[in-house]
Amino acid sequence: MSRIETVFQNKKAFIPFITSGDPDLETTEKLVYAMERAGASLVELGIPFSDPTAEGPVIQEANLRALSHNVTTDRIFGMVERIRENSQIPMVFMTYANVVFSYGTERFAERAAKTGMDGIILPDVPFEEKEEFAGVCRKYGLDFISLIAPTSRERIRMIAEKAEGFVYCVSSLGVTGTRSRITTDIGAMVRQVKEAKDIPCAVGFGVSTPEQAAEIGAEADGVIVGSAIVKLCGKYGKDCIPYVEEYVSSMVRALSDEDRPCG
Amino acid sequence: MRKGRYGVHGGQYIPETLMNVVAELEEAYHHYKNDRGFQEELTGLFNEYAGRPSRLYYARRMTEDLGGAKIYLKREDLNHTGAHKINNVLGQVLLAKKMGKTRVIAETGAGQHGVATATAAALMGMECEVFMGEEDTKRQALNVYRMRLLGAEVHAVSTGTGTLKDAVSETMREWTKRMEDTHYVLGSCMGPHPFPEIVRDFQAVISKEIREQLMEKEGRLPDAVLACVGGGSNAIGAFYHFIEDKSVRLIGCEAAGRGVNTAETAATIATGKPGIFHGMKSYFCQDEYGQIAPVYSISAGLDYPGIGPEHADLYDRGRAEYVAVTDDEAVDAFEYLARTEGIIPAIESAHAVAYARKLAPQMEKGQIMVINISGRGDKDCAAIARYRGEDIYE
Repeated sequence: MSRIETVFQNKKAFIPFITSGDPDLETTEKLVYAMERAGASLVELGIPFSDPTAEGPVIQEANLRALSHNVTTDRIFGMVERIRENSQIPMVFMTYANVVFSYGTERFAERAAKTGMDGIILPDVPFEEKEEFAGVCRKYGLDFISLIAPTSRERIRMIAEKAEGFVYCVSSLGVTGTRSRITTDIGAMVRQVKEAKDIPCAVGFGVSTPEQAAEIGAEADGVIVGSAIVKLCGKYGKDCIPYVEEYVSSMVRALSDEDRPCG
Repeated sequence: MRKGRYGVHGGQYIPETLMNVVAELEEAYHHYKNDRGFQEELTGLFNEYAGRPSRLYYARRMTEDLGGAKIYLKREDLNHTGAHKINNVLGQVLLAKKMGKTRVIAETGAGQHGVATATAAALMGMECEVFMGEEDTKRQALNVYRMRLLGAEVHAVSTGTGTLKDAVSETMREWTKRMEDTHYVLGSCMGPHPFPEIVRDFQAVISKEIREQLMEKEGRLPDAVLACVGGGSNAIGAFYHFIEDKSVRLIGCEAAGRGVNTAETAATIATGKPGIFHGMKSYFCQDEYGQIAPVYSISAGLDYPGIGPEHADLYDRGRAEYVAVTDDEAVDAFEYLARTEGIIPAIESAHAVAYARKLAPQMEKGQIMVINISGRGDKDCAAIARYRGEDIYE
């Protein structure tokens, strides 16, 4: 069992996403500690990309803010090294194929593993293209996280059978960003995954409120929230830490109140 | 061999959400590609609506002036809507209709592909929405009006740099929101498989006609075919039926903007490196960390940081050559063709004319060169006048 899978044992996992370097890398580092204190199980660290095609406006803008401050992949690796001196919370990178490919996929995976990352999520790399990245990740002990979407239908089995770490269940059509209602049958999606493989399922895209988290927590193993947190970073800048910590606490509480067994 | 690959390039680097709709498109395309009824309907639209076949015109004055190769111009500028773009959109919108879609969406840079898509949508009774960078909606206000006149809704894209690449990103995002009734009419031979193949096949009518027309006029193949390259759809269309004929030089002319040694360029082969973006592996203008570069060219249609994957492979294999042409050279060629042949080419196509002026004199008198005039230049007149210091506006 990878370190990622252990976070789903005996509890519902809350998985926050933040864009590295928004507003700066120092704040990102402090945010990781604050979110760990607040009870986050695993942290998704975004590496900014100039043209994030799977993101809604909130995370697009965070990407551009970070890049405008000269945040680079190398400087983010440096930040991860510093975090690892203080925290062992599991962390995965979320970025786009070109960031990894242009760095050199092998060089990227080696460096990520060495600095203490646990996995990689690339939303523009579907099942058919994943081996180019997943093969290299495997060599360095990183989980390459697979995504399934409301449109995946018969593809779910094929994707789940080869999935590692956890399955990222995309709750809604469209791009990242908060939604007032999630209409996809999350329970059915999760069941289809588990029929193919006994692997944790975390649900993201559109989730922002404790109520939504509790509802999803009843059917899945974890909840992923990005835009709602990135919005706080955008609004409060370097002063965002207490706000994010409080928000993550509220989401973690909502998930633990709703601690029914699932799958 | 993985699907949709051109050597190492191509592929399907898109969100999982889109994988099934792209698979459906692939299946439908491979069905209709070999369906006689579909092909007859498309040929009917090409001939009766778009005005095909386009002329292959012997440019006598240009030939005499340059004193080398015999120059023919493939007149895609004479097509309905004024450019080669109509070939692809008629094919894709017809395909979308056969698939039961009722709505089409498209990106556009200068507005040519948007106007063509809005035209085909009007013709076939489809809903149409076009995404255009905010900067471009200001620079090309007339084309925004044209699209609206044709019944399309135009969305100004303010994200990123507000230009063509952002319009492509935003159209992809829109497609992930709504795909059940919607087809994305991608405008160039780029993006995830099967788009590069679909667009190439619909544009390949250009080289099919060049071949037949030249056989009739000269009884032989050309020695060189020149076309401008942004994403590369008119070029792949002009090259395709000559790829196996090794004696035919295939030359793609990229936009160097203010020069390949400046940051203000869009010459992907000259300045880019391998990458993955907009659904495909290919060459892209980018920085050392893979951040896509803001590109520049006087020509909005060539102002894109990537190139279609089949071109990337033709380059890798040495089958096609790619040269860079600056704004200055393209503007000179724009004026040159107007004065020499009475033909005002699109500023995009003027990039190919510019390189032809260098190459033709180096070729033998008996040799034959074909330049693909991908579009007409009416749309560019005001911008070129301003480039020359004349303060006129549309």
